[in-house]
Amino acid sequence: MSKVTQALPGVDALLPYGGAVLLVLGGSYFFPQILGLDYLAQQLQIAAFLGLLALGATLVILLGHIDLSVPWVLGGAAIVSTSLVGSGDPALAGMAIPAALLFGAVVGVINGAGVAILRIPSMVWTLAVNSMLLGVAVLNTGGFNPKGEASGTMIWLATGTVAGFPVAFVVWMAVTGVMALLLTRSGFGRYLSAIGYNEKATLLSGVSTPSVIFAAFAIAGLCSALGGVMLAGYANQAYQSMGDPFLLPTIAAVVIGGTSILGGRGSLIGTIGGVLFITLLTSILSVMQISDAWRNIIFGLIIIVMLLLQTLRRKDP
Amino acid sequence: MRNLFRSNQREAIAIAVLSVLLALYLATHPSGPNTYVMTIWANQCLILALAAIAQFFAVIVRGIDLSVGAVMALTNCVASYLVIGSGLEMGLGIVAVLAVGIACGLVNGALVVFGRLQPIVATLATASLFVGLALLLRPTPGGQIDYDLADAFTLDVLGIPTALIIAAAVVGLFWVPLRRTGLGLGLYAVGSSEQAAFQSGMPVPVIRLASFAMGGLFAGLAGLYFSFVTTTGDAGIGPNFTLNSIAAVVLGGVALRGGVGTLTGAMAGAFILKTIGSLMFFSGLPPLAQPFIEGLILAGAIAIGGAGVLRVKNRLEVFAQ
Repeated sequence: MSKVTQALPGVDALLPYGGAVLLVLGGSYFFPQILGLDYLAQQLQIAAFLGLLALGATLVILLGHIDLSVPWVLGGAAIVSTSLVGSGDPALAGMAIPAALLFGAVVGVINGAGVAILRIPSMVWTLAVNSMLLGVAVLNTGGFNPKGEASGTMIWLATGTVAGFPVAFVVWMAVTGVMALLLTRSGFGRYLSAIGYNEKATLLSGVSTPSVIFAAFAIAGLCSALGGVMLAGYANQAYQSMGDPFLLPTIAAVVIGGTSILGGRGSLIGTIGGVLFITLLTSILSVMQISDAWRNIIFGLIIIVMLLLQTLRRKDP
Repeated sequence: MRNLFRSNQREAIAIAVLSVLLALYLATHPSGPNTYVMTIWANQCLILALAAIAQFFAVIVRGIDLSVGAVMALTNCVASYLVIGSGLEMGLGIVAVLAVGIACGLVNGALVVFGRLQPIVATLATASLFVGLALLLRPTPGGQIDYDLADAFTLDVLGIPTALIIAAAVVGLFWVPLRRTGLGLGLYAVGSSEQAAFQSGMPVPVIRLASFAMGGLFAGLAGLYFSFVTTTGDAGIGPNFTLNSIAAVVLGGVALRGGVGTLTGAMAGAFILKTIGSLMFFSGLPPLAQPFIEGLILAGAIAIGGAGVLRVKNRLEVFAQ
């Protein structure tokens, strides 16, 4: 709990930043263009998609749970928004982004209901919700890429620039700022990590733990949906299983950022570092044009090393 | 008899559900119940059942294994090189395939025990590693498994699908004896309370390692059996199996908090999950609606399992660890 509220981030949270700097320096030895502003700005833009997902995931993981419904909340939000825009009706098109966000929040509440009320392990329940969303998407789109297109706003959100910064990055930072306020300046933030530490004690001290769980999953759903809307803007369409490649990197980013997968301990600052690290790692590995096989191997090994650095540094487990 | 039922309630329910589903499946199958239909069904079920056993060994010691599918992919690719040729070569090939599975399990176990990583994140990372190795062996699907050997394991013996005989052998010759050993008891002790197990002088790290090694072995067996069914190597088979193996153990009454459930239950869960899928196929439902109904049934089954908490009088009981 103290780690969330303290002003200075811990060493765990700084580790991925160090790793990211090393990646850029090491990568620039082989490819000097990596140090260019264009490349780095592009990385910030790409990192924003993963970053938004990871923000939501951080909340849920702080709680001691996990959200495996990210892929199809993202995909569903992308389908909802693009098909509303594609309908051609300006009124519906204007509703695209709010509708997609609402969709994410509703799925989040469904996730929360299974976890908080039925007490089903979040790992299983969110997995089941994910496969139901997949089913609904297949039913609606017939298994083909859904029709529709992104609106100007969505494209701007994903690819525009403001004062030299990618809009996507600015949105990511803005959401981070709001969430940081929520975590550090409200009871919600404290209850979140308190539940992660000991749910029973938190309930006994008079906190309505189910509402905290509902809120955390709903916010996570919102974040995933926003990520989906922006990703649809980036690709100018929604496509089947567009969210699948994001699930595991999201969890990896949160954990590399020093958030304990058991809940209770972690920070948003660390998550941002983790996202930057994973994005740079993926990007540099693809710049190097090595085969898929080696990309997977190196990715796995580096994640293991980062995790080991984190745990072995601590004396007590 | 009543005590026997009470102590195995979760498994009993799972097996009853399975019987009903199987009866439905055989009744709705267009070509009716015959050995061929049973064999195809049993083969598909056994692959997932072996994967579910691999998951069971991680879950029973309060872990989770996200690399089950990756280990299957890797062993499948290894098998597509080695399980062919003369009898001796194939024998050594199978040993090598299973050794790869055990090695993968030990890597996971070592990261958890010595590296003190949480199983979920450790196996998340090793899954990427194992899939990478599998892709290194088979960038595109290919290779071959000896057809005669594959037939021997995937057809039937005297009308009984070989897959069912293997499933029975795993329970009768492996699980029942293991359950009676110190290791079998230790799995449950570590899963229920690691601290209590440690303080009673149990070698907790050894039990953890052994559990992950057995998980690796069964993931390897799943990969090997998958190779027998498909007779080819494919590095991309992993993701579905990992998630389905988790769903299967939960359906089979294995608690994700560890220490509760049996290997038989995990297998029953896998059979149920696969049978639901097969039922869909012949049910006459519109094909596009099938993934949704499948997800709905999975969620429903899990929710019914969780509905017990709504009857709990003392709200604190639901937090019992």
